[in-house]
This record gives sequence, C-alpha cells and structure tokens, in this order.
Amino acid sequence: MDFDVAFLWSTFVKLIAAVPMTLALFAASVCLGALFALGITYCRVSGGLLLSAFGRAYVFVFRGSPLLIQMFLIYYGLGQFPAVRHSLFWPVLRDPFSCAVLALAFCTAGYQAEIMRGGLQAVPAREIEAGRASGMSGLLLFRRIIAPIAIRQALPAYSTEIILMVKSTALASLVTVWEVTGTAQRLISQTYRTMEVFLVATLIYLLINFIIVRLMALVEYRLSPHLRERPNPASGGGRQGEVHG
Amino acid sequence: MSWIDLIGFGEQGRGGILLWAMCMTLAVTAASLCIGAVLGAIIATAKLSASRPARWLGDAYTTVFRGAPELLVIYLVYFGGSQAVTAIGKWLNYDGFLGLPSFLAGAVAVGLISGAYQAEVYRGAYQAVARGEIDAARSIGMGTLLRFRRILVPQILRFSLPGLGNVWQLSLKDSTLVSVTGLAELMRTSQIAAGSTKQYFLFFIVGGALYLVLTTLSDRIFNFAERRVARSFRNSLGRR
Repeated sequence: MDFDVAFLWSTFVKLIAAVPMTLALFAASVCLGALFALGITYCRVSGGLLLSAFGRAYVFVFRGSPLLIQMFLIYYGLGQFPAVRHSLFWPVLRDPFSCAVLALAFCTAGYQAEIMRGGLQAVPAREIEAGRASGMSGLLLFRRIIAPIAIRQALPAYSTEIILMVKSTALASLVTVWEVTGTAQRLISQTYRTMEVFLVATLIYLLINFIIVRLMALVEYRLSPHLRERPNPASGGGRQGEVHG
Repeated sequence: MSWIDLIGFGEQGRGGILLWAMCMTLAVTAASLCIGAVLGAIIATAKLSASRPARWLGDAYTTVFRGAPELLVIYLVYFGGSQAVTAIGKWLNYDGFLGLPSFLAGAVAVGLISGAYQAEVYRGAYQAVARGEIDAARSIGMGTLLRFRRILVPQILRFSLPGLGNVWQLSLKDSTLVSVTGLAELMRTSQIAAGSTKQYFLFFIVGGALYLVLTTLSDRIFNFAERRVARSFRNSLGRR
C-alpha cells in the first residue's frame, strides 16, 4: 500500500458526499426509535399485566437478537409474502432506505426503552410527592418534575446508545443503501484499493462520533448546572480534581 | 413441503446445518473473547500506567475500536490480512491472491473490538480493588508479582464478571458481521438457507430465534457464575 495523498483526498471528498445519507439514516432511526421506545416504556411502567408483558417481550427480542438479522427479516423476509407486496405498506417495505430505518429504529427502541425506564425509576418518589402536594398533576408534574430528572439521569447512557447507532448505520450498506460504508464498497469495486478506502471511511465515522460525543457532553453540561464545581476558596480556586489527581 | 420439514432434520431439512452453524458462532465468539482478553489486559495496563505515551496509546486504541463501525473493522482486518498474506506469498514466489481464513479474520476482528471493551472492564475492576488490600499485602512483604497473582487477579476477575457478560453479548452479536467474509456461522447459514429455499421470512425468524437462545443461555450462565464467585463476598457486602 503506497501512501498516495491525492487518492486519499479524492476518496475523502467522495465519501464525505455520502455523509448526509448516513446522518439521515441515523437521525430518522434515532427519532423513530425514541417514539417507539416511549410507547414501550409506557407499556412497562403502566402496571397493566398484558402491556408490561408485551414491553418485556419486545425488549427481550430486540436486544437479544442481532440487528443484521432484524434488518434482513424486514427487507428480504417481509417481501416474500404476496399479501405484503399488495398492501399499502409495500412502497415503504420495497425501499432499502426505509427498511434500514425501520430495522434500526425497532432495534434501538429496545435499548432506548430500557434507558428511559432506568431514568424514570431514578426519579425519587419524594420529589413526585412534593410535586403532588403543591398541586401539580398529570402533564405538569411530568414536565416540571419527572422529565427533567429522568432525562438528566439517562443522558450518559443515551449518548452511548447514540454512538452505537452511528456505527450501526453501516449495516444499511448490506441492504444496498449508499451511505458511507456502501459508497466505500462501490469505490473499492472501481479502484481495487481496499485498505485506503476503508481506512478513510473509518476516519469519517470517528470524526462523526467525535463531534456527537462533544455535542452530548455540551448538553450534559447545560442540563446539570447543579453539579458543576463551584469555586472553593478552601482548595485554591476550585481545582479540586487536581489536588487528588 | 411444510416449514416443519424445512427446519427439521430430514433429508431436506436445514436443522442440522443450523445447529452446526450455531456451534460455529459460539466458536468464533469464544475465540474473539480470548483474543480480546489478552488485548484488553494489555490496553488496561497501558491506560493505568504512569507513562504518558502508554496512556495515550491505550486511549487511542479504545477510542478507535469503540468508535469505528464493527463492519468496517471486519472488512479492514479481512482484506488487510489477505493483502499481507498475498504479499508474503509473492515474496515466496507464489503468484495470485491468498485469502486470510475467514474464521481467523473474524475472530481477530471481533477480538480487536472486544479488546477495547474488555480494557474498560478490567480498568474499572482494577480501580474497584480496595487500596487497603494492596497496602496490606505490601506491608507483609509481598513482591509485585505475588501481589498481582494473589491479591489483584482474583479480585479483578470477580469484579469484571458482569462487564464481561456484556462484552460476550456484544461479541455474539458482532459475530453476525463475520458472515460477510463467508464464514458459515449462524447468520450466513440462515442467509444461504433463506436464499436457496426462497423462504426468507422463515429462515431469518429461525436464525433470530437461535440467536435469542444463545443470548438467553449465556445470560443464565453468567448470572450463575456471578452468584458463584459472590459466595465468599457475602459477608463483606452484607447481601447475597
């Protein structure tokens, strides 16, 4: 493998052009997945026996089985039935992009539902009682008390899940979506320079993930002013971390 | 032919191949876990070391292998390895393409990823070992190696068991991607069975169900192991 800067740069430019597709897959599946996850979380915490059994079964199936098999099941499996091909869902299920988004969303919903449940369970019962005592109920209680505490609690786990989703979008290349990995494969079939192209693709994913990690850290910082270190005169300008480090 | 025949063990049935493929999936995952354990131990040591370059290298490793898509890591190892093998072949006067065995490539690739996760598990476990125990061992005159063997390793293994369970589940699912190199593990075999019988839905459901069997079983085993190693902790933690 020679170090051909011109080739690497032209590959980089071509692969960057596929980044919007990767981001579209990512954004669509994370948002859709969050909607599904809200429903599943509701099922699990609602208290109904049947609903919570459904929620548990969903989480078990979609976290226990690999994403690739879910994606193939939706893309190849469902198209096998004439009933599906003649239904009004066919325009959605025929298209590799929407199939990939569906599979990614179903899968992440299982994980996100667990994160949301963890966040909800971390809300102290006394805070809810206090909210009730001061006359809040229903949506107001959720919006002012439950949601902020739950979101803060769930954020670190959520950022991990989001990074995993960025990586998972690469699987869409296996059902012929031309995102970064798929485009890389197409470039390789034209140039036969496997390693260079895949290395550049990897670099692009690392860049995307780096930016997302920084953004999530920023959100976390904004949402937790109560945890920020205050200047502490006793330990010299609030640099407590340095004292023990 | 009914679907029972298709997944059964008769002449036309794929049951036997699918079970064999399940063993292959287990074998790749187990091999990758072992490779990852060695790498993870080295990386964790690097990340905990006093030397700045070592820490930097350890951080770089975990950042790259936890941040890059698993599929790309597998492609890179498979094609990169094949390129290297071909180059060696050329040097030995063998012309033509030599492929890396797909089992080896898959195990190494998933092992590289698993190593990054295992490094974090071991690092956390090391930090969970009470400092007092190390001081105590030092004060009764244990040397570095003895301290490592008698005090650190047993506790690190105990503390890292839950994390290792997670890594195992991750690797089990990452191993599906090894199918792109042509290794006849569970994913690839389901795919071939689906394609040759045109029963895509059936075989992907069956394949998915077999993965569920694997993840559920391994969950049980890890829970059992955790309970077992926790026996001697009962008093110190005050609960089972």
